[in-house]
Order: sequence, then structure tokens, then C-alpha cells
Amino acid sequence: MMTMNRSASRPDPAWHERLIATWVLVFVIMGCLVVTEFKPWTLLDEPSLRATRQFLASFFPPAHDAVFLKLILVSTWQTIAVATAGVTLALIFAVPLALIATRTLSISRLGQGQSQNHAAWLPKIIRHAVRGLLIMLRSIPELVWGLLFVRAIGLGDTAGVLAIALTYCGMMGKVFLEIMESQDARTADTLLINGASRSQAFLYATLPNCLPEMVSYTVFRWECAIRSSVILGFVGAGGLGQQMDLSMRMLAGGQVVTMLAAFVALVWIADIISKQLRSWLD
Amino acid sequence: MTISLSNLTVKLGRGDDMRTILDDISLDITSGEQIAIIGPSGAGKTTLLHTLACAIKPTSGTLCVNNTLPWALAKSALHKLRGGIFLAPQVPPLPPRQRVVNSVLAGRLAHTGLLASLWSLYKPQDAALAFAALMRFKLEDKLWLRCDRLSGGERQRVGLARIMVSEAPLLLLDEPVSALDPALGLAALKTIQDEANARHATLVVSLHDVQLARARFGRLIGLKAGRIHFDLPTHLVGEATLADLYGAEFEVAASMVKTTVDDLTSVVSAPAAVRCF
Repeated sequence: MMTMNRSASRPDPAWHERLIATWVLVFVIMGCLVVTEFKPWTLLDEPSLRATRQFLASFFPPAHDAVFLKLILVSTWQTIAVATAGVTLALIFAVPLALIATRTLSISRLGQGQSQNHAAWLPKIIRHAVRGLLIMLRSIPELVWGLLFVRAIGLGDTAGVLAIALTYCGMMGKVFLEIMESQDARTADTLLINGASRSQAFLYATLPNCLPEMVSYTVFRWECAIRSSVILGFVGAGGLGQQMDLSMRMLAGGQVVTMLAAFVALVWIADIISKQLRSWLD
Repeated sequence: MTISLSNLTVKLGRGDDMRTILDDISLDITSGEQIAIIGPSGAGKTTLLHTLACAIKPTSGTLCVNNTLPWALAKSALHKLRGGIFLAPQVPPLPPRQRVVNSVLAGRLAHTGLLASLWSLYKPQDAALAFAALMRFKLEDKLWLRCDRLSGGERQRVGLARIMVSEAPLLLLDEPVSALDPALGLAALKTIQDEANARHATLVVSLHDVQLARARFGRLIGLKAGRIHFDLPTHLVGEATLADLYGAEFEVAASMVKTTVDDLTSVVSAPAAVRCF
């Protein structure tokens, strides 16, 4: 009895905050649902149900004739090629851009002790310009780049490669930059003090320190690029996505289901490869 | 390389946190000289070496290297000058995944072109040079290992092997043997001094081990609280001077060290002979 009274006189101080937070969350989510006209019950309308049933019924049997399977194989290979070429291009540009934008490898910083206020203004402007470029590249989604390139250079894999290269260059550049700046700067400073150039200090201190993280992130991005390149196919940038788009338009359910299976297998294999690569790194 | 410091002061930090690390230092070092800097922890030994290496800009006073003022030079000329000065930090921060051969060759980056140093990462170009440098510190079997496979003492010696491949005429070493056992430390210091003699390089070494400094160097500089406490030929540095440098505890510590050092000198000579076989 005593303990009950005592706990009643000392109410949980966090209770009101929790109550308010719950209601705020409920209202926000309700608002979102209203704005997006989220009406899942329309799925259960008779016409919707009939269309869905027909489409699902057309899934079986999955298309499996030799000509189609060969087409799928070629498209899958195209998808992998688009992803790999895109990531490679992104990598080629992301590393130098990150190197330019990083603060840690600054020779003009030497001699200033701990105060870094006196850093020269020209390198500072260049660093900020490169950071801005990276932000611009990654803030435009690869789908938008894809649409732009399909308009500019026509349907096909090249548009997909360029779209992935541009967006991923922005993402990878930014992440590489953060990896480099989080490293112990003393390794590079030791070399800079002894007269090494900025690029040399990068090659002999920063790069060996960061390489595992950078490779691991690149492999992860390659995995993402495979999914991306399928989506890019829908806007005409080649590969499995473009074939899937065509089959969907023709309501050829059998072909769609075969392609979905190929897609699942592809992502699964990419997952295994990237896991293998990363474990091999350690 | 000749160096001359006059009324040199170094303050580090910002605003209220500004501390005077080196205070009114005046010093002349002639070409080919070998000097040991001793003094209590926090006396400014590392900062002095960094200042000599043109890695820290003096707050006031002048640093003169080979009759030029490094901080009056254009940036590129200053950086070129840095290539002629080799500063070895106490325990060099080596990238864990770098191979020892590349860590050693990193000591001569200032004398290697960019393309050559890039290619060297793929296929080390001066492996024989790195091997010879490591051999002088008995590390030749570590040539192709990764740095994270090395012990603390081995890492320190890899840092020293860098000196052998650099072509710098001024060598600045910060506690070069702090992670080595006395016998190995003495051998390493001898190796470095022989190398400095052979290339007529100026050598400035900071040391914790006063007995080692007295045994191996002709000129000692005592640094205390950022000021030069004494700058004397070794034979003029007596126990009283040292006690004054390190404070009252030194005498007790010295008597304890004395016996160990005597023990060590016998130890030092014995294994050194054994190691020759």
C-alpha cells in the first residue's frame, strides 16, 4: 500500500512527452495517407480484381522457349555490363574528385600548427566547387539522368551507363571524401613533411589506409547499380528492364514471370559475389 | 646542411589556448654535426625537430637553413627544401595494409616522380634498395610482409630504414630507439650515425635515454620548458647539470638507472658480438 502511494505521488516524467509524440506521429501519418490518396481497398474492387486475376493467370506457364531464354540471357548480361561499366566510370572520376576536395592532404596547411584559418583561398574555392559538383551529381536521381540521356543519345545501354556513372560518381565521391577525412592525418603528414607531393602522400598513406573501406563501398554500389540498371531499362536505357517493360505492355505474363525470376537470381548472385569480395578483403 | 636559429619562439594553439612551446631559442648547427637533444617530457623536443623540418612555422625569430630563410621562400621552393630534410617521427604511423617494401620506399618519395611512385605500388621499383635498408636493421625478412604483421619495435625500425633510402642531407630523429631493447637501440643508433657520417649529413636526435645520448654524441642540448637549458660538449655535461635539467627526482632515478645501464653495457656488447655471426 505504501509503495503504491509513493509511486502515485511520483508520476512517470516521460509519460506526457510520449503521449504527445504518439499523437503527432498519428496525425503526420494520417496526413500523408490523405495526401497520397492511399485507398488500398480499390485493389478489392470487382474490376481491379478481375484484371489482376487475368494478369496473374497469364503468369503460368512461364515463358521458356529457347529464343526467349536466349533473349533473357543477353538482356541479363547487358544489365550486368551496364552496372559494371557505370560503376567503373564513376570510380575513375570519383577518386580524383575526392582527392581534390579533401582537406587532409593540404601542403599549405603545413607549418600553420593547429590553427587552420590561414589556409590559402584558391584551394579552398576549388575544394568547395568540387564538393558542390558532387552534391549536384548525386542529388539528381539516376532515373532522371537516364531520361535525359535517352532523349539526348537515344534508346540503349549507353544512356544507362552514363546515368549510373554520373549519379554514382556523386555518391562515391562524397563517401570516399568522408572516408579519407576520417582517417588519421598523421600518416600522410609524415610523408608531406618529408617533401612528398600531395598525390604521392595520397598513394602511400591515405589510399592504403582507406582502401578496404573504399573497395567495400564500391562493391556495395555495384550491387545497387545492378538494381538501378533494371529500373533504368524501363525508361529505355537497355537491358533486362527494357525487356520487362515491353512484356508488361504486351500483357505477356509468362514472359514477365520468367524475367522476374532472372532478376531475383541476378540480385542474389550479385549479393553472393559482393559478400565474397568483402570477406576476401579482410 | 647548416642551420641557425635566432630568438626563435613557437606558440601553438588558438586564442586563449595559445601556449608557448619554444621560447627564445638560439642555436647554430654546422654541416655534418651530430647532436642529441635531451630534456624532460613536454620540454619541446618534438616541436623543435618539427620546426627544424620546416613543418612548424616559428611564431617569431628566424630559422635559417643553408643561409636561406625557408619561410620567406615560395611555397614550391619551401616544399622542395623539405625534400632535403628527413624527419622521422617517434613511431611512424604506417598504413596497416601497406607492404613493408612500400613503407620503406615512401622515404624517398621526394626524390621519385609521381608516375614512378604510382608504378612502384604495383611493382616495387627499388626493392633491392629497400632490402638493403632493412638489412641494416636486421629486418630483411620482413620485406614483403604487411605492416600490420610487425611489432612496435619492428615498425619503429621500418621508420628508421626510410632514412637509409632518403637522400636528405639533414636527418631529424624523434626518439628513434624508444620502442627498441637497449642492445637493438644502440645498434640502430650506430647504424644511423654511420649513415649520417657516410653521406656527410647533419644529424639531430632527441633522446630520452641520457646515458645513450652521452655515450654516442659529442654535443648535447638540454631543453627545459621550451628554453635551451644548456648547449655543451658532452664531456662538460655533469651530473649536476643533468639533475638541474630533469629536476630533483633525477638523482634518485639516475642512481637506479646507473646500475641498469652498467648491466646493459655488458649486455649490449655481448649480444652485439653474438649477432655478428
